[in-house]
Amino acid sequence: MTATLILQVVLLGLLTGLVYALVAAGLSLIFGLMDVVNFAHGQFLMLAMYAAFLLHAATGAGVLLELPVVVVLLFVLGAAVYRGMIARALSVSTNRGMVQIFVTFGLGIFLTGAAQFAFGGDFRSITGGLLADRSLVLGGLHLPLSQVAAAVVCLIAFAVLLLISRTEFGRALEATREDRDAVALIGINRDHIFALGWGLGSATVGVAGVMLAQFYYVSPNVGADFALIAYVTVALGGFGSLLGALLAGLLIGEVEALTALLLEPSLKQVGMFAIYLAVLMFRPRGLFGRL
Amino acid sequence: MLRLDGVTAAYRGLKALHGISLEVPDGAIVAVVGANGAGKSTLLKAIAGQVRAEGRVEFAGQRLDLLPGWRVARQGVVLVPEGRRLFPRLSVADNLRLGAYARRGDKDRFAPLELVYDLFPRLRERLAQRAETLSGGEQQMLAIGRALMTRPRLLMLDEPSQGLMPRLVDDILAAVVRIRDRGVTVLLVEQRLAEALSIADHAYVLQTGRVVLSGPAAEIAANAEVRRAYLGG
Ligand SMILES: Nc1ncnc2c1ncn2[C@@H]1O[C@H](COP(=O)(O)OP(=O)(O)O)[C@@H](O)[C@H]1O
Ligand SMILES: [Mg+2]
Repeated sequence: MTATLILQVVLLGLLTGLVYALVAAGLSLIFGLMDVVNFAHGQFLMLAMYAAFLLHAATGAGVLLELPVVVVLLFVLGAAVYRGMIARALSVSTNRGMVQIFVTFGLGIFLTGAAQFAFGGDFRSITGGLLADRSLVLGGLHLPLSQVAAAVVCLIAFAVLLLISRTEFGRALEATREDRDAVALIGINRDHIFALGWGLGSATVGVAGVMLAQFYYVSPNVGADFALIAYVTVALGGFGSLLGALLAGLLIGEVEALTALLLEPSLKQVGMFAIYLAVLMFRPRGLFGRL
Repeated sequence: MLRLDGVTAAYRGLKALHGISLEVPDGAIVAVVGANGAGKSTLLKAIAGQVRAEGRVEFAGQRLDLLPGWRVARQGVVLVPEGRRLFPRLSVADNLRLGAYARRGDKDRFAPLELVYDLFPRLRERLAQRAETLSGGEQQMLAIGRALMTRPRLLMLDEPSQGLMPRLVDDILAAVVRIRDRGVTVLLVEQRLAEALSIADHAYVLQTGRVVLSGPAAEIAANAEVRRAYLGG
């Protein structure tokens, strides 16, 4: 095992970790805002990937077109899901927690089925285009350009989320998260904030989906693995923490890459779940959580 | 002018208000007094749209009942609730700015800051501090300040003196008078009878969800029998 190989693996883990982190950030944003876990989060990612794939196939215009279109689509999807389903689930008078779980879980199953119906079960991937089949070569290192681009865009997305959190809207999000009943006292419609929060969280996973589609296959079930990683990442990072999601995503990317290198590629998730269990046992609020 | 006509409110079928009617003229301080559990907080919450009420609530000719709470606040009828309900982990400055959030379009939306600092100079010294680190009195000042940032036309205060030292109570009540003098109508709920009546123009005495007496605050304050009968004092 050469030093170059190890460095290569570490860097790839970093690039993958940034995508994991952004997927987790979208989930964490919604959870932190209103204590609702979106069990359809992986399917939102899947839809974003299909949207990127279809846009690519139809126009060939590349990621610079795919990003804004998919971000808008996912924002609208998230806000609509809040208005149409989550708001109703929140207003039931009995067993609210269970209803929330079943609603998003059911939505996820529906979306997977709908994708299966519309696109079939085949694995598809984006071919051609600016990012495909090229590598950034540094010394002896080969980093696929598509993954480098994904990592850079995910970092930019984190920066944008941070900026948004500093705006007046970001402050209203934070206030709603602190006391959802008190915001009405100052004329803030919490349903509006929640819908925008769902839009923002979904748009976030939309960015990750577009970038992921540049180098990863698309299929109706592609969201499941990433969603699982996202749940683990959010739990590690601390629910609702943006910085926690970033750090935990990077950690998981690294652990996964190194486990694959040191044990065996098919066991790459073992290390991640080992850490997850350890954190659950010894520090249940997450590594970086403040709860 | 705020006008209530036969307002009823219930918690799970148990009535807490039995047909309350009252009026708050523009520019007045109206006090609502009564023993613990009389329904004072419920009354304010019913006006603010925080608990469902039946009957008619009208402000400046507009119906408020049936509006959700956030819309009532945007009509200029703003409640400073018991327990203050600040955003504890946000800074004092952020809590104040959030009061103006609903008027994001206005260039001068932060103008009421000047009045807030004028009334409560201590808030200005604590702008960067988290709300939860303030003393009880300062939290009450911040709660009132945040409400003032919304530019209320009618400010409703639910026991602003609760848990405060006597000297601070006087400060808060003096601030209430100055707020009224700046053109904001005030509906004040208090358990401290003498202090509340001393600054109020009119008063209503509540007992188990009913108005049992109302009139000029001075008359009610003079009525010793009233105190014994309804206020346990
Ligand atoms: N959230 C609630 N659920 C059920 N009953 C309540 C609730 N809040 C108040 N009550 C009841 O309504 C009545 C009036 O309470 P409240 O308005 O808080 O009185 P006050 O503010 O005058 O002390 C009391 O009998 C109280 O027990
Ligand atoms: Mg009360």
